[in-house]
Amino acid sequence: MTENTNTNGSQPNVILRVEGLKMWFPITSGIFQRTVGHIKAVDGLDFEIFQGETLGLVGESGCGKSTAGRAILQLYRPTAGHVFFDNEDLTTMKGDALRRQRRRMQMIFQDPYASLNPRMTVGAIVGEPLEVHGMGNKQQNRERVQELLRIVGLNPYFVNRYPHEFSGGQRQRIGVARALAVNPAFIVLDEPISALDVSIQAQVINLLEDLQNEFGLTYLFIAHDLSVVRHISDRIAVMYLGKIVELADRNELYANPKHPYTQALLSAVPIPDPVIEEQRQRIILEGDVPSPANPPVGCNFSTRCPQVMEICRQQKPEFKENSHGHWVACWLYEGDGAPDAGTQTASATS
Amino acid sequence: MGALLEVKDLRTQFFTQDGVVNAVNGISYTLDEGETLGIVGESGCGKSVGVMSLIRLIPMPPGKVVGGEVWFEGRDLLKLDDDEIRQVRGNRIAMIFQDPMTSLNPVLTVGRQISEALELHLGLDKQQARRRSQELLELVGIPGAEGRLDNYPHQFSGGMRQRVMIAMGLSCNPQVLIADEPTTALDVTIQAQIVDLVKRLREELGMAIIWITHDLGVVAGLAHRMIVMYAGFIVEEATVKELYSNPRHPYTLGLLGSLPRLDEDRPERLRSIEGLPPDLIDLPVGCPFYARCTWRIERCLQENPPLAFVAHQHKAACWVDVTGVTA
Repeated sequence: MTENTNTNGSQPNVILRVEGLKMWFPITSGIFQRTVGHIKAVDGLDFEIFQGETLGLVGESGCGKSTAGRAILQLYRPTAGHVFFDNEDLTTMKGDALRRQRRRMQMIFQDPYASLNPRMTVGAIVGEPLEVHGMGNKQQNRERVQELLRIVGLNPYFVNRYPHEFSGGQRQRIGVARALAVNPAFIVLDEPISALDVSIQAQVINLLEDLQNEFGLTYLFIAHDLSVVRHISDRIAVMYLGKIVELADRNELYANPKHPYTQALLSAVPIPDPVIEEQRQRIILEGDVPSPANPPVGCNFSTRCPQVMEICRQQKPEFKENSHGHWVACWLYEGDGAPDAGTQTASATS
Repeated sequence: MGALLEVKDLRTQFFTQDGVVNAVNGISYTLDEGETLGIVGESGCGKSVGVMSLIRLIPMPPGKVVGGEVWFEGRDLLKLDDDEIRQVRGNRIAMIFQDPMTSLNPVLTVGRQISEALELHLGLDKQQARRRSQELLELVGIPGAEGRLDNYPHQFSGGMRQRVMIAMGLSCNPQVLIADEPTTALDVTIQAQIVDLVKRLREELGMAIIWITHDLGVVAGLAHRMIVMYAGFIVEEATVKELYSNPRHPYTLGLLGSLPRLDEDRPERLRSIEGLPPDLIDLPVGCPFYARCTWRIERCLQENPPLAFVAHQHKAACWVDVTGVTA
């Protein structure tokens, strides 16, 4: 059984390791499309995902969380950094070798309307990955598709229907079936429920949890909704303007948020209980997120941080392990015996 | 007495090629002066169409308000002619929309758009309107208001655009502000800013607010009273505390059960509502929630339960007593 072992004493199995991942998009101008700058969508990520866990990646729109998910799967070729999947560096792979690895990594997208081809039947959509990867013959694949539909809670007789005949929640189930078709070990879920109604969201969350238990899947769950992320994740990484500012165990992060951004974010999430809401103190952040084309010189959060110090405006803080398994990038936690240069995270980026 | 706005048996339908869509099926409620009323429900439940019908913003055709009365300041809004309703809309009753990018005109400056209503409804001249526009932008917390008047919508961020929308909504000191999912397109930290702003303005200006949302979290800290809609019907109505602590309709129970909560210690399995809402073209005879309800009895299939008092200031439309169950 693949259970989450990261909370127990034993060393968990790392399935995916991200080192110094950067994804910059060029800004071009003029008739020669000269590069005049970069959108630093993802600007140096370091983290690991353990076998069988769900890592939640949260942040607000434009923080680079979706780009990070895509760069990990090599849907974008990263500008810098490495992504090790089963100890193999995906960023150096090409062609067939990469395709073979991709079979083990799948993605589920946000918009179930845009991510299914309207001219293909459900059977063709779910069966396509099997064909692409040359798995099984026609008859086997037909049976496999029907089995997959059953697994995600759809009627197997729906194989000949088209996406428009389904509701949003059902379409998302089709997307899940497609991702499961090739027996992946790792799935990136990019806001898989944010386009759905509340009552339907719960159905899909329950389905994803069941599938994880049944097939021992590892999830990278990208979302902006902190309540949902708390519900589904084992560990959570918080992103702000292209960087991870904090990463910790689910309960640790919510009980003991260290980064001022995480604190503000958590305090801003409404709780469906008027009695609690009446007593809550909110940290209301001023202003907006700076442009990723021109991030601040110092800490990316320094322009909005309620606890900003002089050093924050001049130098970027490093992403360090503050206490066991709790990583944070903030000057507030520097200086307590921590050396200020050359720590493990920085040197890991080659 | 006391009610500022009274909606009686409002019905709105859309006449489409596929058939008649029963979007709003006889809803009645009141809004008191200075009160904030939250209307929650999922997509297609008629929450937006319901309030747009009040101020006749339904596209006709294909839509039509086929029945009901809307009493406001001694008049039935549904009986006013086009000129008369225009005097009410944007003036006495204002509305702000979900997506500030598509509801602002991209080719007009923000100052021009705010001034328009001021000149039209309050008869201010250009100078006065500009001065008032600037005051309004300051009121909603836009820094450097004077210079910002000459900016176009694309020069504002999402949160700032929503502030501009609110400034436009408030420009004529409306008695009622209708907010249709005003924070849905925004990030949580920006949402918190906007909710904070609306609370402050509500205290300063004392207008009544109808806040439409699908998010039971946002309204919990904002509304005084709540209405839950399903398939074009009001299925439950209660004060905000009563609704969350003592929900009496199975659908409300289901909604609260499907929400993961930030403050839950050990997440358990979410209690999702199985199935889908009914087709509004072909509504069932009985209770619209019948097919998804875990409490259903024989009677629900034949008769649609009316909205009736179940406790003080608490109405629900259900044949079954679900008391004792809390979400």
